[in-house]
This record gives sequence, structure tokens and C-alpha cells, in this order.
Amino acid sequence: MRRVVITGAGTINPLGHDVATTLEAMREGRCGIGPLDIRDVDRLQIKIGGQVRDYDETAHFNRQQITLYDRFTQFALLAAREAIGQSGLQFDGALGDKSGVILGTSGGGLTTQDENFRAVYEEGKNRVHPFIVPKLMNNAAVSQVSMEWNLRGPSFTVATACASSNHAMGQAFNMVRCGMATAMVTGGSESMLCFGGIKAWEGLRVMSKDGCRPFSANRNGMVQGEGAGVFVFEDRDHAMARGAEILCEVVGFAMCSDASDIVMPSKEGAARAIAGAVADAQIPTNAVGYINAHGTATAANDKTECAAVRDVFGTHADDLMISSTKSMHGHLIGGTGAVELLACIMAVRDGVIAPTINYEQPDPECALDVVPNTAREAKVDVAISNAFAFGGLNAVIALRTA
Amino acid sequence: MNTQDKVVAIIAEQALMDPSDIKLTDTPEMLGIDSMGLVESIFGIEEAFDIIVPFNANEPSESDFDISSVAAIVKAVERLVAAQA
Repeated sequence: MRRVVITGAGTINPLGHDVATTLEAMREGRCGIGPLDIRDVDRLQIKIGGQVRDYDETAHFNRQQITLYDRFTQFALLAAREAIGQSGLQFDGALGDKSGVILGTSGGGLTTQDENFRAVYEEGKNRVHPFIVPKLMNNAAVSQVSMEWNLRGPSFTVATACASSNHAMGQAFNMVRCGMATAMVTGGSESMLCFGGIKAWEGLRVMSKDGCRPFSANRNGMVQGEGAGVFVFEDRDHAMARGAEILCEVVGFAMCSDASDIVMPSKEGAARAIAGAVADAQIPTNAVGYINAHGTATAANDKTECAAVRDVFGTHADDLMISSTKSMHGHLIGGTGAVELLACIMAVRDGVIAPTINYEQPDPECALDVVPNTAREAKVDVAISNAFAFGGLNAVIALRTA
Repeated sequence: MNTQDKVVAIIAEQALMDPSDIKLTDTPEMLGIDSMGLVESIFGIEEAFDIIVPFNANEPSESDFDISSVAAIVKAVERLVAAQA
């Protein structure tokens, strides 16, 4: 089996329009959540979110491209440009044939759907733009990235709600590991901060009206975000041979299904995925120094996740650090695992642990070191990133210092 | 149908019971209504009375809407309807 390394990273999210800005925001514990600036916000009960601010699509794409690119595709393309640019790879000839794209998303072109349903139902129009289907389809981002970079190998989209990105990156990891691909462009993208997208979540009554406070006793729900994270996963020998800068190694991945409830998380399922990723990495559990939590700030997730961590790590649970960066960027749903992987890279590469901000009151059911409010310097060899989706689908990925 | 009968009918539908079997002292738990059932009941109440019910499933007891019993729910709905009038 081949070893797999990350040779490029890119992002655009509520904390910044690139990796450097995002990591700086995480180090400073900055919050990217604020009042939503969208159409009909006055008809929503939930009026906050992690929006990508100061974004001008015309600065990056021409008119024909914008006609075809939903906001989630734009985010994916921009993050991919940064990641592939950093990797220095050129996907021409045989390398293009052996390299592909796997991205996660949950809503795909939901904003495009929202706008066009408005047009036909609310405004009574009988005609929509000819490219609505190629713009809204969930695989639009994957296909556009593959076209922009000549990535002609295995490519598809993964949709497993909040675990989409982790499932996507897990697939990419295993494809490079088994020799099916030389390099994979992978991560996830999401943009569902439109009226219909938030209205649907609002109905579930799990959203916070005033902020995301993971693990804090006074937490009262999740806050949605938007954006993308994209990485280049590459065969380590290939990367070494060309003298590429290696950000870190991907060492383990596991996924499983709770097979129990469509919305309530399961401690056993979460624990199986975490333990599975550690076992896949062939490391002892006490090698894990940092966990980027799923940490949604719902009552149910945070206590279940902490209990699962305690089950897997035993007394080592008191020695490791676990933080939820959703407190800063919100829950990017299908793109969240990708942006959160940046915090894991920062931990194993830079020795900086991103904090859980907005932490106000200890919760005895979340009694772990959640790195409250302030980033910390610490040497970490292995970091894992948790994602536990609605529908009980769990995916955990493990990174190690290069 | 008065407010109480309408609320009881909505709760009975979620509980898969006959409205006549619902007692005002019953709690949602006693009627076998879980968190998803509760959220659906509140949606039903909002639709039936054209009101907005302040309810967050993360902190049901903190919400400004008492769900401790059927009687409490009826009273809370009456208060919201009155506030709207």
C-alpha cells in the first residue's frame, strides 16, 4: 500500500478567502458568523450565519462562466485553484488520466434551485435559463474542477449531509493508497445560505438565533456557514520524487453507519468511526493529540461526541485536545469536514491548536479539554477530524506530521 | 372547535391516539411523543393557529413555551393567540 500526503490546500469560507487568512483567523479565535445578508431575511426566524463576505464573483469568473457556476461551484473552483497551485502539479498526459476529483456537497446548487423555483412559482414565469440543470446538479463542482485542470481519472460527488467532505476525502485517500490514482483533488463545497436553504433548517428547531457555542452548557444550536475546502492528496513517493512541499500525511480513515435514527446521533456509531480511523492508521490511541470535533453546538451532538471520545480513548481523553472550529466558521454542512481539516493540518504542521470560541459555561457532559476561546501552541503528531451526519453516517480521517 | 380541542387533536394525531384518550395532565413523554414528534406537533400548532411558537429543541425547558403537559401547551397557545390579537 502506498503512503498518501497532502501537497496542496485551498479554501474560501467565512473566515477568509484563502488558507493563510483562514488559519490566521483560527489562531486569533475570530468569529465569521454574523447577521445574514440575503433576500427575504425578514421572513426568517434564524437571521445569522457564516457567510463568505466581500465576495465578488465577477472578480474571478467571466459572464459565461457565471451562467454555469452556482455559488457552491465557484467556491470549489477557487479553493481548487489555490490547492493545485500550491501543489505545483500539472495534470497533463498520463498524470491527468491517473488523477481525479472527489468532492462532498449536501445541497449542491441549492441557491440556483431556490432562485428558479421563485421564478416559476412566485413570479409565475413559464421559462427558466437553459443551463439551470448543469448549474444546479450536485456534481457540477466536481465536473467544473476536472475540466479546469484536465483531471480525467476517477471523479464523482459524495452527498452524505454533514459528513460529505470526510467521506469524499476518505475515498480519495484510499484511491491513492491502493494505487488507483496518483493524485486526487478532494474536499467539499457548500452554499445553502439562501431563503429556502435556511427555512428548511429552521423548521427542524435545532438552529441557534444568537451564536454557535459548542460544548458550552448554554449552547442552543447550530449556525450554518458556507464555503469550500479543497486539497491535493498525492502518492508520497510521487511527491518526494518531484521535491514537492508536503503539508502532512493522511494516515487513516474509517466510516460506518449507526443504522438507528435519522437525526439523533449515536455514541456507539461515533466511537466505532473514531476507533476505526485510529486502527486504520495503525497507531496507538494515545498517539492522537488533537481532535477537530464535529461539535455542532446542538444539545445532542456535543454530549454524545464527548462520551464517544471518552469511550475510545479512556484516560487519554483527558490528555488530548478537542475543539470545534464551527464556533468560528459555522456548520458548512457538506463542506464542513474540508474546512475543518485545515485546523488539523495547522495542528500537526504548525503546532497550533484552533480554539472553541464562544465557550462560556462548562458542561459536565462535555468535560474534555475543548481549548476554550484561545488558540494554543502544542506539539501534535496525529490529529483526527470527526464528522457525524444526519442519517447516522459517520466518517473520521486521521493526519500525521510529515 | 375551541383552542383546547384543536391542540388536543394535533397532539392526538402525533401520538396516534383518539383525542378522547388524551388527558390534560399528560406529558408529551407519557403520550410517547419524542423530540421529532414534538417538533411536528409545534409545526401543526403554528399552522392551525397562524402563530409563531418560540421553541428550540436544544433547550426545550428554556424556550418561552411551556410543553410540560397538554394543559400547559394549551395555555401557552392561548397566550400566543391572545398576544397576536
